[in-house]
Amino acid sequence: MTSIRQNSGPFGGPSLPDFRNLGVWLRILLGTNALAALAALAGNRQLAEFPGELALLAAAVEPPLIATLLLLHLLQGQLARLSYRARVTLVVAAAMLSTALTQTFGISLHEATGAREGLWRALWWTALVVALLLLYFDLRARLQSPALTEARLMALTARIRPHFLFNALNAVLGVIRSDPRRAEAALEELSDLFRVLMRENRELVPLSEEIAVARQYLDLERLRLGERLQVKWEVESCPPDALMPPLMLQPLLENAVYHGIEPSDQPAEIAVAFTRRGEQLLIEITNPVDSGAQPHSGNQMALANIRERLMLFYDLEAQLDTELLAGPGNSRYRVRIALPYRQGGKP
Amino acid sequence: MSSAPLRLLIVDDEGPARARLKNLLADIAVDLPNVVAGEAADGVEALEFLSDESIPQVDVMLVDIRMPRLDGIGLVQHLAGRKSSPAVIFTTAYDQYAVRAFDLNAIDYLLKPVRAPRLLAALNKLRGLPRGLPDAAALRSLAPEGRAHLHSSERGRILLVPLAEIMYLRAELKYVTARTREREFLIEESLTHLEEEFTGRFVRVHRNCLVARAAIVGVERETAADGETHWLVVLRDLAEKLPVSRRQWPQIKSLLKQE
Repeated sequence: MTSIRQNSGPFGGPSLPDFRNLGVWLRILLGTNALAALAALAGNRQLAEFPGELALLAAAVEPPLIATLLLLHLLQGQLARLSYRARVTLVVAAAMLSTALTQTFGISLHEATGAREGLWRALWWTALVVALLLLYFDLRARLQSPALTEARLMALTARIRPHFLFNALNAVLGVIRSDPRRAEAALEELSDLFRVLMRENRELVPLSEEIAVARQYLDLERLRLGERLQVKWEVESCPPDALMPPLMLQPLLENAVYHGIEPSDQPAEIAVAFTRRGEQLLIEITNPVDSGAQPHSGNQMALANIRERLMLFYDLEAQLDTELLAGPGNSRYRVRIALPYRQGGKP
Repeated sequence: MSSAPLRLLIVDDEGPARARLKNLLADIAVDLPNVVAGEAADGVEALEFLSDESIPQVDVMLVDIRMPRLDGIGLVQHLAGRKSSPAVIFTTAYDQYAVRAFDLNAIDYLLKPVRAPRLLAALNKLRGLPRGLPDAAALRSLAPEGRAHLHSSERGRILLVPLAEIMYLRAELKYVTARTREREFLIEESLTHLEEEFTGRFVRVHRNCLVARAAIVGVERETAADGETHWLVVLRDLAEKLPVSRRQWPQIKSLLKQE
């Protein structure tokens, strides 16, 4: 179940968030600090003291919070294998431990609030905050239940572009009498491609599979565009078992063909590069553009679709940006996607 | 025309698409005698073919809408200024917006992959009608922004001259000359037609001359040898100055005042 970002239990039971996810971190940090602000506001008699109090409280809350997050980040691999109950226990224990340590060796809540029973009070608050946050994540996961997320993913990937389909069929019909073998091969490629387009595309797939689909698509386009379609691949520096969302490359290449190759009467080149940079997988696609061309609404739609799918698969951990690289007489359009690097075969 | 086979020009940037149309035309030749007079890979090649006076006129062109350099609509815009032109049937794989505009203007089009009966029907429909292109209003609704180039024929080649680079257009005997910063081009269209098509872009300064509004930097007064004075338009980046006729002067004066 590497597909959907919330690791729900095997039977759809209560779930814990993925503590390696940036979006989860952000939500925990914001949630905890919001609770701290509420506590400061509630415990305050005079509004003028509020900012000072909040600063003290934040100084006390942040160290155990960050320590807990780091601890959970390290433990994520182990967490995934445990039952929900064991996982919750482990999370609470991690939070308690960080609180106890930072309270003993650092700025204590005792100093911040002036209360006597500092450590116990701190632990009590920690447990309360952890419980509230876990409740929130469970609720959120239920709202975005795998069924709903998967339905959304299916709807986003199942779109077939009429422009490509009719042009491809027309090209096959065009060669069927002069070169029946080529037509045969093209129809086989088309049926393979449609099999991929129509399957349930909700799990991450290895890079090698995505590239194979992309090559098949480009072969079909070459039938009608001939020598005008040139493609440069740079994939050597990236492990072929790295995982990425399915059918992400093909729509981007389709855009590149539509805007970069079709308007050109000379051979033009699309460049596709995959690189691994530390814990990130970078995908870069560039195509030549006519500098005077207007942005096309179909292009925007494809990009919005991919952005949404990235969000569903990776939350805030993936980015997609586009840029027009202006050059004298040879402007290029670049789409860049950064994904967290994950390897196939492991959860 | 009823006895002579129909002469056709196929305009499409994709080889297999052209091959498909040729196959279909051969298939329907029994019902409708026809001959493919030529093929072109884009609008510019089609213009070159149609400008070649050694080739007898074609009756119908089958024109793909999306093509490099000069697309189908652009091709028809360029032909609109000519005295005679073949009839046009557009072909398109899928472009719902263009297709809607065609329906609205009753312009014939074929959806790719084209089927033989549909092609036959479209060609038969043209036979009774006078040859011609979609009218100016229909063209405007297909491409509201108008064409971006004029074309000039030089030694059998067609050159596209970007409209934005043209500083003035001047009628000289048979042709119109378009002047850009670098050089002059011969344009085979009438000055009146150009003036109507590009009213916003050019202004008439003389009976035989249209100047790009954007290229005008000012005016100068000149006294001729016989003592008569008249005005000259000064152009950006060009030493040449263009005389303003007495008749056009009030219009130029008010134009300069607005700026």
